[in-house]
Amino acid sequence: MTDFAPAEDAAASATPTASAKAPLLNARKVRKSFGGVEVLKGISLEVATGQVMCLLGPSGSGKSTFLRCINHLERIDGGRISVDGELIGYAARHGRIFEMNRREVARQRGGIGMVFQRFNLFPHMTALENITAAPIGVRGLAKPTAVARGRELLDRVGLADLAGSYPAQLSGGQQQRVAIARALAMDPKLLLFDEPTSALDPELVGDVLDVMRGLAADGMTMVVVTHEIGFARGAADEVVFMDAGVVMESGPPAEVLDNPQNPRTKAFLDSVM
Amino acid sequence: MPKLPLVRPGPDGSVTHTHASPIGVNATRERDDDIEAVPLRHPWRWVIAAVLLVVFVGVAVSLWQNENVNHPTISEFIFDRRILDGVVLTLILTIVSMVISTVFAVLLAVMRLSHNPVLNSLSWLYIWAFRGTPLLIQIVFWGYLGLLYSQITLGIPYTDFSLFSIDTNTLIPAFTAGLLALTLNQAAYSAEIVRAGMLSVDEGQYEAAYSVGMSPTFTLFKVVLPQAMRVIIPPMGNETISMLKNTSLLSVIAVLEVYTVATQISSQNLRQVELLVVVSCWYLFLTSVLSIPQFYLERHYGRGNARVLPPTPLARIRRVLRPASRPGPAPIAPGAKTNGPHTNGPHTNGPHTNREDAP
Repeated sequence: MTDFAPAEDAAASATPTASAKAPLLNARKVRKSFGGVEVLKGISLEVATGQVMCLLGPSGSGKSTFLRCINHLERIDGGRISVDGELIGYAARHGRIFEMNRREVARQRGGIGMVFQRFNLFPHMTALENITAAPIGVRGLAKPTAVARGRELLDRVGLADLAGSYPAQLSGGQQQRVAIARALAMDPKLLLFDEPTSALDPELVGDVLDVMRGLAADGMTMVVVTHEIGFARGAADEVVFMDAGVVMESGPPAEVLDNPQNPRTKAFLDSVM
Repeated sequence: MPKLPLVRPGPDGSVTHTHASPIGVNATRERDDDIEAVPLRHPWRWVIAAVLLVVFVGVAVSLWQNENVNHPTISEFIFDRRILDGVVLTLILTIVSMVISTVFAVLLAVMRLSHNPVLNSLSWLYIWAFRGTPLLIQIVFWGYLGLLYSQITLGIPYTDFSLFSIDTNTLIPAFTAGLLALTLNQAAYSAEIVRAGMLSVDEGQYEAAYSVGMSPTFTLFKVVLPQAMRVIIPPMGNETISMLKNTSLLSVIAVLEVYTVATQISSQNLRQVELLVVVSCWYLFLTSVLSIPQFYLERHYGRGNARVLPPTPLARIRRVLRPASRPGPAPIAPGAKTNGPHTNGPHTNGPHTNREDAP
């Protein structure tokens, strides 16, 4: 967390200025169309290890789609996405690009955690089983090890005593925190959040954001699609404003949120704040 | 409209209860002004029940006194050795063909939902063929396969090389032919039920499973099928009962299940009606027995979906033995969580009160 300090007087620039080493997430001119409608029109972004990037923008601006492209839930039509130097969904061999088989894609996804708007917990498993299913079944962890780690993660998100509860017995905020613990159980290099608080009652939002702030403080690399301007201001190293499939503006939160240069950014921030 | 409000603010703004407040805010909290209503009577239920009782008794008596039915024959054959063997064979045919066809159906459903065009079309073709022809014809086909191919040979096609060659009627005796016919036909129907169950699982479940690195196969067995089971089991219970009765069609290829045995016996003693009664009694008994595992399967796969599982028959009996003392809605069972109007009773703070986030 020391290689990037969001300083008020940082030069207004479209890319993070911090690290000299290769960024953990590197997206170059990412394009994606759905049925002839181009929803991502060449997105280029970088996130260095330990940084938190918040994606803001009106609905339909392509921010969720971009997030889903990062772990190959959507296949991109153009450009490149790489995480930790590894191309996502494709392999470069002998100067050509090959589509990855499904086992390879699954392995890559294991290193990229994702938290969904609708939680998507497995309803037939208890909170603890939700967390341990992939470490045991995918990574081959011994059950006692996985369970111990699962309890540790539940404790970290403040739900140590609800290990045996099924998702239907938990509130939205509790479910989302279990979902975060489930993503953390695979020890991801990068954590993606797709509007993690949009489906929650207002009074439950705070608990989830607290957990996310804790992760950010611990140095977890995160890309967060959110409408929580307060969270972006406090926790993000960089804020990116997207509209109509294009990055309109990006930079430290103090600049983008308090002194937006682009009129679209200005209009959006006025409407949500 | 002076009569409408039961409770209205007084001149000084305080709330005045104009009557004894029958639906007032305190109705669920205070015991002493609870509603002391006479329960609604349902006289027509009694009338209809009485009429039906008379009709049923009349029909039963007329059947019992019918001189064309020989009652001793029924009691003679209901536990006859041959009938019992037939019942066992019927049960074996039902269970074995249901188990194998279900495994096969999962495979067909997965193929049908796969993006692989070859597997997809193959599954479609199979379901089309086996659902599109009568089961009776399929049974005859497998039973008389020997007429079509007298020898079955394993070897390399279009050469003289063969590993072994066997007489079709030796390889596929009547029992095997019957089992094959029932299983292959059932698989086509069950495949559509399994497919419907898989489609009922939310897309987000696949995404969540993939996002933690699960492979498609792992996702299918650990995430999708366990959730699909909740939707699959009720119609599969239906299919099992249907299968039990369809085994009687195997009489056309002389498989000795209970219906075939009964017709053989009645062709000797000419007591057709009596033996059909015997067989019907056994079918009724077996369908009743087969619905027991269904209940427990549904309960098992319903876990996590309902906040409270349905009570087991034992729990239900216990509840009946402890009847409600007051008129009005039934008391909430201990542990049940309802957000209904009666949440202030002593029972509502069950073991699972963690609905609110802890501070």
